[in-house]
Amino acid sequence: MNKTINDFTIEVATVNGSGSQTSNLILTKAIFRMGVPVGPKNVFPSNIAGLPTWYIMRVNEKGYLARKRTLDIVVCLNQSTYLQDIPRVRSGGVVIVESDYVLTGPAKRDDIIYYPVPFAKLAARHITDIKLKKPLTNMIYVGVLAHLLGIEDVAVEGAIRHQLRDKEKAIKINLDAIDLGRKYARENFKKQDPFYIERRNKTAGKILIEGNAAAALGCIFGGCTVAAWYPITPASSLTETLIDFFEKYRKDASGGKKYCVIQAEDEIAALGMVMGAGWAGARAMTGTSGPGISLMSEFAGLGYYAEVPSVIFDIQRIGPSTGLPTRTAQGDMQFVSTLSHGDTKHVLLIPGTVQECFDFSMMAFDLAERLQTPVFVMSDLDLGMNLWLTDPFPYPEKPYDRGKVLSQADIKRIGEFERYRDVDGDGIPYRTYPGNSHPLAAYFTRGSGHNEQAAYTEDGTVYQRNMDRLLKKFETSRKLLPTSVENSMPGAKIGILAYGSTHQAMQEVRDALSGRGVKTHYLRLRGYPFQIEPIRNFFAKCDRVFVVEQNRDAQMAQLLKLELESKEINKIHSVLHYSGFPIPPEALVEGIYRKNGVAAESMPTSAAGGE
Amino acid sequence: MASNMTEQKSTNRLGLTLESYKGSPSTLCPGCGHDTITRHIIQAFYEYGVEPHRVAKMSGIGCSSKTPAYFLSRSCGFNSVHGRMPSVATGAKVANRSLLVHGVSGDGDTAAIGLGQFCHLIRRNVPMIYLIENNGVYGLTKGQFSATSDPGSKQKKGAVNPFDTIDCAAIAIQLGCSFVARSFSGDAKQMVPLLKAAIAHRGTALLDVISPCVTFNNHEGSTKSYAYVQKTDTPLHALDFVPFYEETHVDYAEGTVKDLALPDGSHLVLKKLGKEYDPADRITAIKTLEEGRAKGQLITGLLYLNSKKKDFIEIEELVDTPLCELGEKDLKPSSETLKKILERYA
Repeated sequence: MNKTINDFTIEVATVNGSGSQTSNLILTKAIFRMGVPVGPKNVFPSNIAGLPTWYIMRVNEKGYLARKRTLDIVVCLNQSTYLQDIPRVRSGGVVIVESDYVLTGPAKRDDIIYYPVPFAKLAARHITDIKLKKPLTNMIYVGVLAHLLGIEDVAVEGAIRHQLRDKEKAIKINLDAIDLGRKYARENFKKQDPFYIERRNKTAGKILIEGNAAAALGCIFGGCTVAAWYPITPASSLTETLIDFFEKYRKDASGGKKYCVIQAEDEIAALGMVMGAGWAGARAMTGTSGPGISLMSEFAGLGYYAEVPSVIFDIQRIGPSTGLPTRTAQGDMQFVSTLSHGDTKHVLLIPGTVQECFDFSMMAFDLAERLQTPVFVMSDLDLGMNLWLTDPFPYPEKPYDRGKVLSQADIKRIGEFERYRDVDGDGIPYRTYPGNSHPLAAYFTRGSGHNEQAAYTEDGTVYQRNMDRLLKKFETSRKLLPTSVENSMPGAKIGILAYGSTHQAMQEVRDALSGRGVKTHYLRLRGYPFQIEPIRNFFAKCDRVFVVEQNRDAQMAQLLKLELESKEINKIHSVLHYSGFPIPPEALVEGIYRKNGVAAESMPTSAAGGE
Repeated sequence: MASNMTEQKSTNRLGLTLESYKGSPSTLCPGCGHDTITRHIIQAFYEYGVEPHRVAKMSGIGCSSKTPAYFLSRSCGFNSVHGRMPSVATGAKVANRSLLVHGVSGDGDTAAIGLGQFCHLIRRNVPMIYLIENNGVYGLTKGQFSATSDPGSKQKKGAVNPFDTIDCAAIAIQLGCSFVARSFSGDAKQMVPLLKAAIAHRGTALLDVISPCVTFNNHEGSTKSYAYVQKTDTPLHALDFVPFYEETHVDYAEGTVKDLALPDGSHLVLKKLGKEYDPADRITAIKTLEEGRAKGQLITGLLYLNSKKKDFIEIEELVDTPLCELGEKDLKPSSETLKKILERYA
């Protein structure tokens, strides 16, 4: 039998709240410690305990880490789903299953390899602490897989030691549980499957980090001092990680906090607090998702019109309404781009990697202050909550850009100050912080009509002049946003345009297409409003451009169509995926390869819960 | 010299004239209670000697929320969105703890659309003055009942309010607000000392001030009209404010006063008018409001005071330097720290 080395997908089906998170993480980190790239996706229910949860690990030494539909190995530890889980394993695949489960109907197959393990009995016999029985049962599967796949002891132990640090007792208990699994597998199974993990050197020096943690780090290094938030999946972990960092790295010697975190009464209040803090001169953020974004729309308009710096992280999840709180999407792009009533336009940053979650988080604070406007960082659940493999983030040397702020001395020197006058011709006025003691420094901020001096006015001409200046400022922002990234293949006639977490699948998709003789150019958008020239040039090179998005309505394509010409618009073919699961590369390849338009089968058949 | 002396305008302890505390001309209806309150604010800030640039004026939306433009033109102001002033004020205060935050709201802004934020502001005890200009009616939208209208109160066109009133002072006391007062816009003698005490207070200082709407709610049958309020106003005490920078001691007859020490060293002296009233007792405060309501009295004065309660800034243990003044050096960790953090993700 040919070996399949470092190229397969493992899915672990467990019950939510059973402690499987730790065992899944240990397995991931053990593979990482074998030097083999691994990309895990946590498919979890909107529930605390009891509902099914799946953890899908893509193991691939080429570094293709997007979630594949095809499952090679499935670990069945959930009695209520194993009858659905087992049929999803590909022919020739492996099932590790609790031996108590009765394999009937679709779970009884002759084209796959079964390794039944008496998890419950092993736990009952060997694990005495009643509280630990459940989580350690999960640890047994790590041992079984480690034996079958050939994951070295040193990698497993290294993962546990790193995770549990100095907690020697916990380390030992977990290692013992893993040994139970290893021993059982060694004594009872003859290796029948082709899957192996062999040591490589592909992860040395790298890290595995969630986008939300990277963004929280960006907040710390970007000088954020005020965080106001309302708990919401999948954004909570961003602020919670930020709180951890704040507590460790932002206290003075006597414990005084150089930050303030406020858990607000709702998302409206959260953004209100951010507005107040931004107005007063602090760098402030909030993290939320769709329903919170909807609530924030009135303040977003105030921020745009009264020109108040603020940073909003939108970790997108499935909508509309409550939608699927634990499933990923890129469904807020159009809504957020004009969030609020009236002629409102917002600046969006769109990270596509965890490095960009870090970079754009810092950049958001600079841009918010430079442009005096709300800046939205459009991440999503997949990027925000899953671990992504990356090089460690280089230290950000660039100094903060605090924007156009006049001090007492500045006004004394200049002799005048008008809050909303376009002095520099870039649409960006000057501001003062409250507390500035110069007699001319104070101004009145309002969401109602105002003139250059910030005084109330209902004069239509003045209103229009102000709105035109805001448009000019929006134009200015184009130049300050990160450019799109292009990657071309000589001779290609087909273009793929994508953004955000979709990026993870793209290298694999393009390689696969190329393998079938379809060469592609690739353009990834990273900010809105667009820098239109690079996009135009990209379209000029392509006969067709597949715009890949994780929403139903081709939202980015719609935004592009507002700015492109008809000859370019005619080249757009949307490839859409909106099941809530991270976009699988196979679906993209099929969609793009097979035809001109929408991926016929953007709803694949596999994966957790049926996709 | 002598002639110069007579021409010289009087100034406060900072050498500023009353003029320095004024704002733009009001655009409210002539005779509006809110304009009277504006004058009291100007007077109180002037007499106390607050540096205008230290003040942040906050408001939501409505007639009341326009008024911050009419006082302290040398202070920054933020006329935010309807019912959401508390959150904006909270953000501004934590960003710059040295600001004296003065919020003005109305009964629609506070008791209807903004009731949630109002409650949570109090719950946090954010240091600020929260003044409700309460006229029981939506003025800017032409005369609809507000949530503070009393049951049985008549609208201008004759409709009778069938619902119970939301009493913002009672809610504030119940929520443990550290400073709760009720007053009447026409009572300068009561309002100015209350405002000065609110400036001296540390924590949320709520002033629920009945401020008649001359255009939409000043008729027979209204319980927020000038005539009705004058008839039913029942002050708990007369007030004297002695600022921290004044050494003068006034001698009061024994047993006639209650002297309340305020956190900045100032004093508020409550002079007995009838029954003894102790503003340190929440239960008494709520009982007094309820009894007054049953008797058809508008109870005014300092209802409740707790100067010991920790404010939001103390609870949050913020550093002394305002957060907005922290620079990159204070905020950006070193490259060693970044390395150390990232090692946890290896």
